[in-house]
Amino acid sequence: MQENVLYTPDEVTAAITRLTEEIFLHYKDRPLALVGIQTRGVVLADRLNASLTQKGLHPEAGILDISLYRDDLSNMAALPKIMGSEIPFEVEGASIILCDDVLYTGRTIRAAMNVLLDYGRPERIELAVLADRGHRELPIAPTYCGFTASTEKSDYLRVHFEETDQMDQVVHYSGEAKS
Amino acid sequence: MKGSATPNRKDLLTIGDLETDEILQILDAAIPFKDLFKRSVKKVPTLRGKTVLNLFYEPSTRTRSSFEIAAKRLSADVINFSVSTSSVVKGESILDTIDTLQSMQVDYMIVRHSVSGVPEYIARHTPASVLNAGDGHHAHPTQALLDAFTFREVFPEMAGKKIVVAGDILHSRVARSVFEIMHKLGVQVAAFGPATLVPRTIPDHVTILDSFDAVLEFNPDVLYLLRLQLERQKANFFPSMREYHARYGVTTERFATLKDRGTWIMHPGPVNRGVELVDDVMTYERTLINTQVENGIAARMAVLYHLTPQVKARGLEVEGTS
Repeated sequence: MQENVLYTPDEVTAAITRLTEEIFLHYKDRPLALVGIQTRGVVLADRLNASLTQKGLHPEAGILDISLYRDDLSNMAALPKIMGSEIPFEVEGASIILCDDVLYTGRTIRAAMNVLLDYGRPERIELAVLADRGHRELPIAPTYCGFTASTEKSDYLRVHFEETDQMDQVVHYSGEAKS
Repeated sequence: MKGSATPNRKDLLTIGDLETDEILQILDAAIPFKDLFKRSVKKVPTLRGKTVLNLFYEPSTRTRSSFEIAAKRLSADVINFSVSTSSVVKGESILDTIDTLQSMQVDYMIVRHSVSGVPEYIARHTPASVLNAGDGHHAHPTQALLDAFTFREVFPEMAGKKIVVAGDILHSRVARSVFEIMHKLGVQVAAFGPATLVPRTIPDHVTILDSFDAVLEFNPDVLYLLRLQLERQKANFFPSMREYHARYGVTTERFATLKDRGTWIMHPGPVNRGVELVDDVMTYERTLINTQVENGIAARMAVLYHLTPQVKARGLEVEGTS
């Protein structure tokens, strides 16, 4: 397995700044909620929230756990640990940006939208991801995207964040499957 | 998040089968399930397409409804199959029933039976996950799990806390399961009841108390009252309701003491007012009886979720996915 650092800490920071700018342009005059998908989506949402707050916005914040909405639960050898969702704001009528680290098949996002819709009827849901690695299996596209990476289906793309992995970077694993 | 070490468990038959870690996993999972009750849509699609069968050979409203709500909130289809209590049920006819139900592609069977060991017997003969909803005087593991969950909400650190289980210990599957789970979680356990209703085979870790004064001296954090099964009185296990109440129940006077001390009260329901406890206990702010009912749904959802991977492993699925 080949390990290749696609984006360095500085590039990750720059990408988050770009995402912040784009979101700010859309939401400088209207309310916004940022909802992170467990686990690294929550980190991205927190970062965006911090930088948007610096620019004078006050986004609502939430956390989504999609375990109970997965379409592959009964195919899994071990059950995901349920971390729980926290949506402390009124979803009805809200504009929500779902945040996740990597966009791949789109199935996680499908599940996340279903979770949100069970809390109420938002005005709109958008999607912010740090990296899009392609291979979509559902008609889902990011509204805000940090990087686009071309990968094989057998590859792995990992976003590392300081909060969860000591260091910000995007790593691409390719070649022989992990042993 | 993947990677929690879930054992490949097919059935939940007794608390004794579970390691402490596994008990904690189930109790942890019940927390987010309980959070779902605050949402406008209380249902999640986790068990969509799965079938849960309530197979009750003994009448039950609470446990059966609790399992039914739990399964429905996980989006499973629920079939209630009640068997008349008056019919004499022999081993052979149980298996015939199981065979029939198996052809309906049932994924989970929730079994209650007046004879100890029947759920285990059924579990050996079906690929479905079997959940014991109470068998004879033997076990009632989901009751114990919901009680532990309720206890833990009040006392997040359970180790070193004290519980007294009071009443008809002899005939109580609830008592047996509660003793087991509390002991595994490090709670000091004592039993209190008429000498005729406290079995000699009580586990060594359970302290036996012989008077209400002894209960007060033990000073439990939680007093767990068992329902007095009124039919027992005919068998002369105790002289009368009034005397039972006077000697073993929470009387007005004892309630005042318990209230002063801030002792929490639990009861698996349904309550016999004026027997196990006086009316005032029902409105006491430290009575957890209604909380237990609510938590029962969350705990049972957690158990159904806990057994999920087995459903696939046994090849029970009929849909064409994967």
